[in-house]
Amino acid sequence: MFKCKTSPEVGGMGHSVKRKEDARFLHGKGNYVDDVKLPGMLTMVMVRSPYAYAKIKSINKEKALAIPGVLAVITGNDLAQYNLHWMPTLLSDTQMVLPTDTVMHQSQEVCAVIATDRYIAVDGAEAVEVDYEPMQAIVDPFKALDEDAPLLRPDKEGQEDNQIYHWERGDRAKTDEVIANADVVVKERIYLPRIHVASIETCGCVASYDKDTQKLLVYLTTQAPHAIRTVVALVAGHVGLSEEKIRIISPDIGGGFGGKVPVYPAYVVAIAATFLIGKPVKWIEDRSENLVNGFARDYHMDCELAATKEGKIQAFKVSTLADHGYTDSSANPSKYPTGMFSICTGSYDYEHAFAELDAVYTNKAPGGVAYRCSFRVTEAVHAIERMVDKLAAEIDKDPALLRLENFIKKEQFPYDSPLGWSYDSGDYEATLHKAMEMIGYEDYKKEQAEKRKEGKLMGIGICTFTEVVGAGPSKDFDILGIAMFDSAEIRVHPTGKALARFGTKSQGQGHETTYAQILAEELGIPYTDIEIDEGDTDTAPYGLGTYASRSTPTAGAAAAIAARKLKDKGKKIAAHLLEVSEEDIEWEVGKYFVKGAPEKSKTIQDVAFAAYTNIPPGMEPGFEATHYYDPPNLTFPNGAYICVVEVEKETGAIDVKRFVAIDDCGNIINPMIVEGQVHGGLTQGIAPAMYEGIEYDDEGNVLNGTLMDYLVPTAVESPHWETGHTITPSPHHPLGAKGVAESPTVGAPPAIANAIIDALAPLGIKHLDIPITPAKVWEAIQAHS
Amino acid sequence: MIPANFIYHKATSVKEAIALVQTHGEEAKYMSGGHSLLPMMKLRFATPEHIIDISKIDGLSYIKEDGDFLKIGALTTQTDMEYNALILDKYAIFSDAIKLTADPSVRNVGTIGGNIAHGDAANDQPALMLAMRATIVAEGTDGEKEIPIDEFFHGFYMTALEPADILTEIRVPKAKKGSGGAYHKVERKVGDYATAGVAVHVELDDMGVCQEIGIGLTNVSAVPMRLDRGEALLKGKKITEDLIEEVGTMASEDCEPTSDLRGSEAYKRSIVNTITKRMIRLALERAQH
Repeated sequence: MFKCKTSPEVGGMGHSVKRKEDARFLHGKGNYVDDVKLPGMLTMVMVRSPYAYAKIKSINKEKALAIPGVLAVITGNDLAQYNLHWMPTLLSDTQMVLPTDTVMHQSQEVCAVIATDRYIAVDGAEAVEVDYEPMQAIVDPFKALDEDAPLLRPDKEGQEDNQIYHWERGDRAKTDEVIANADVVVKERIYLPRIHVASIETCGCVASYDKDTQKLLVYLTTQAPHAIRTVVALVAGHVGLSEEKIRIISPDIGGGFGGKVPVYPAYVVAIAATFLIGKPVKWIEDRSENLVNGFARDYHMDCELAATKEGKIQAFKVSTLADHGYTDSSANPSKYPTGMFSICTGSYDYEHAFAELDAVYTNKAPGGVAYRCSFRVTEAVHAIERMVDKLAAEIDKDPALLRLENFIKKEQFPYDSPLGWSYDSGDYEATLHKAMEMIGYEDYKKEQAEKRKEGKLMGIGICTFTEVVGAGPSKDFDILGIAMFDSAEIRVHPTGKALARFGTKSQGQGHETTYAQILAEELGIPYTDIEIDEGDTDTAPYGLGTYASRSTPTAGAAAAIAARKLKDKGKKIAAHLLEVSEEDIEWEVGKYFVKGAPEKSKTIQDVAFAAYTNIPPGMEPGFEATHYYDPPNLTFPNGAYICVVEVEKETGAIDVKRFVAIDDCGNIINPMIVEGQVHGGLTQGIAPAMYEGIEYDDEGNVLNGTLMDYLVPTAVESPHWETGHTITPSPHHPLGAKGVAESPTVGAPPAIANAIIDALAPLGIKHLDIPITPAKVWEAIQAHS
Repeated sequence: MIPANFIYHKATSVKEAIALVQTHGEEAKYMSGGHSLLPMMKLRFATPEHIIDISKIDGLSYIKEDGDFLKIGALTTQTDMEYNALILDKYAIFSDAIKLTADPSVRNVGTIGGNIAHGDAANDQPALMLAMRATIVAEGTDGEKEIPIDEFFHGFYMTALEPADILTEIRVPKAKKGSGGAYHKVERKVGDYATAGVAVHVELDDMGVCQEIGIGLTNVSAVPMRLDRGEALLKGKKITEDLIEEVGTMASEDCEPTSDLRGSEAYKRSIVNTITKRMIRLALERAQH
């Protein structure tokens, strides 16, 4: 295990220090966007479409404007005067800010009502009269490419059908050939349903334009404030908003999970409104607006896995249909329309793979957010991990043994995967063995055999996943052309205390603590003496933000390297103070000393003071350093999860008896925070596995747009999570760390699905799509008995 | 999630509340805990112009045995009932139900009277009331009246209460030797309305023969439903496993569920069958101890 180099007081890596940010959260003193109140602030509420697909014949503002306190109703035609009615998406598609003639999904923004208070604004929204001419919506993505399907995006030049793009990776011909000649081929169509991040805090903003200074200030619930500033400058530059005049402040965020990466139309309308009216405008999304707009997943994956009869995996092929809604607003790096989906070959060593994907338009909300997963890794892992289990069932082999026999061996790293990734490190066998020991795998296999004799349904499910996080190296990864580096800027004050600023933005990850711990590790300054600041584009260094488990791999690395720059400068100062040459100075945490004479030393605090008071001749004063870190590779956290369930045949009720999660995320900064991350992520993994999924009817109406029917699990639904670690440091990261937040969300669903399906195997049930609810289990049991 | 405008009135007595409703007519609505009404108002499904808050009226929150009855004041919160010694000791059916109703923050405010007066077959208490053959006591413009539970539920959100009537008390038979009840519902997650729920109350004589039986079903019909056929089969008999099986089948046949996000009609019928049998067995076990 990891050995701490610092004392608990200094609190460097490996110490489970308490989170510095928690005092204000626990005392209700967090400052969220809805807490922001500016003088003269107005409220904006969106009128939304009741139809999934309709022509707008007219919008009558009169009755709304007659309500005292309603100041303006802004429509698409109003924005069109400034050419602000459309905006680009991150993946070069276009999205309506407000429609001028057609609505493309239920709950799409139709117009905005600006009023002096929210109650009045909602009354105003009710009073706006919109005359719609409903049209037959395309809801089923498999029908989007039918000959007679209506063309949903005639606005796009050259768009002749509803296909957005085709993507492929790997050698189709060779993969097909291996599959055609294999002893065993298992096939399945696996659907990962459309789900929603359902963060506790919904989206929102306060936009405030000052006509005198021409500065735009926007408080925004965004995971990527700097990128948003650039996007606003690019989208609204033509109306006079220039990047140096735009300030984005991302205050405390109540959960992001990818849902707070995109630019939502209402942000743009609020900015337009403050620009036109000259007063601050607040928009806070309500719960149903939040639940119905934006989504993750929604991949229909046709999978084929080929193996020898002994169970040696030979080839994997997956053809996916992706439902993107009416525009591709996926928040992916530019060159990766399907994100990191090509990680779908998994943790196994074989040569041949092919993945292809067709993305289509439908009359549903756009989204494609990477819900607590590094861009489509959840989909990829679900595909391979279900198929490996299906193969095990097909050849009647223990799924743990099958995995152990096919794993990439630890000596094979760095490992070049068939679809082009270079896995950095791992010891998959050790991780799975640890999980098997911890849960008592062999005992459960015996118990299962006994239970099956009694006709009882008990299942054991395994998932051994490989994640790919920390986007990313600038040669491959950019968003709107901006390379996906991240940054840290450290200022050590004369008294030896420090302020450090980052281009990322915590949404609950605990950056104020973990970044301070990284600096404590490197500099020996106690973590309690280091303030961490993020989220204000006027003060923080430029960075691409926090998502895809990238903060530790990128900004965390930047912090370590910036600290090392400081340490180098400090060495020169220490030599000056101790009157020896720089070569004679050695470092141990927090202190420089003379080689061979450890009693002659200067602390980092002494050195910081000297940097402002007793500077070596010719040296630049001050004790500050900045680093922009461009990672050489991504990091590949991995894990082995095992789940034991019992299913009641009569009712379909599912009881998760045990769940063991062994994660390998490299070196750990704060074990307690990692534990918390894993618990939260596992709960967000059981969510799609057993509860969540956005349901539509044939007209494109969302059937579960409230938390009464969109079933976000709680502590009551969560089993007792048992966690553990193996540690295989990343060889290329300065701290050997990898990122962890998303692993459990990625790894839990297949483990749970595999367990439930294993429980049902004696009945002849071979696959169920998630969410696997008791009702779905009951129906499957009826169909198989 | 923002309600339409309304005027809030706080009543300090039943008479004052009734007078306020008479003054404001059809646009007035009583509110006790508000946990059924307020969500409907926030979604603007309900837009009453006057809210008459009766939650602060003194003297309507109590749980006591009196004569042959357990009497519960209508403003007694679900949490009051959850932790009441008398309920915990002798009325397990209420403990079963309350633990499964919504969540603690709702139960802290939601009242038993409101749960029944709302007239929603998805609420848990109506099935219990049917099983125990409760009497609903209400006060209106013509004074107090007693309404047998079988005459109380009229339709979706409709009850025997007149617009000015306030539900004041619930009366159920006092627990005695040989009586027992049980409730269970299947829910998708904590706090959910029932996919299906079943309440059973039995009274056995010394020979173990069923003297009284009540079976109420939750959320498998438009109006809270009594399983008449099952009760008729069991009453006056020694309840055997064969009879229980038969009643389970009757329950699945007689309930009127519809397919929705909670599951198909067939699934719900199957669930009703299973829970009915389990609750009869549990109620019997409790009656025999």
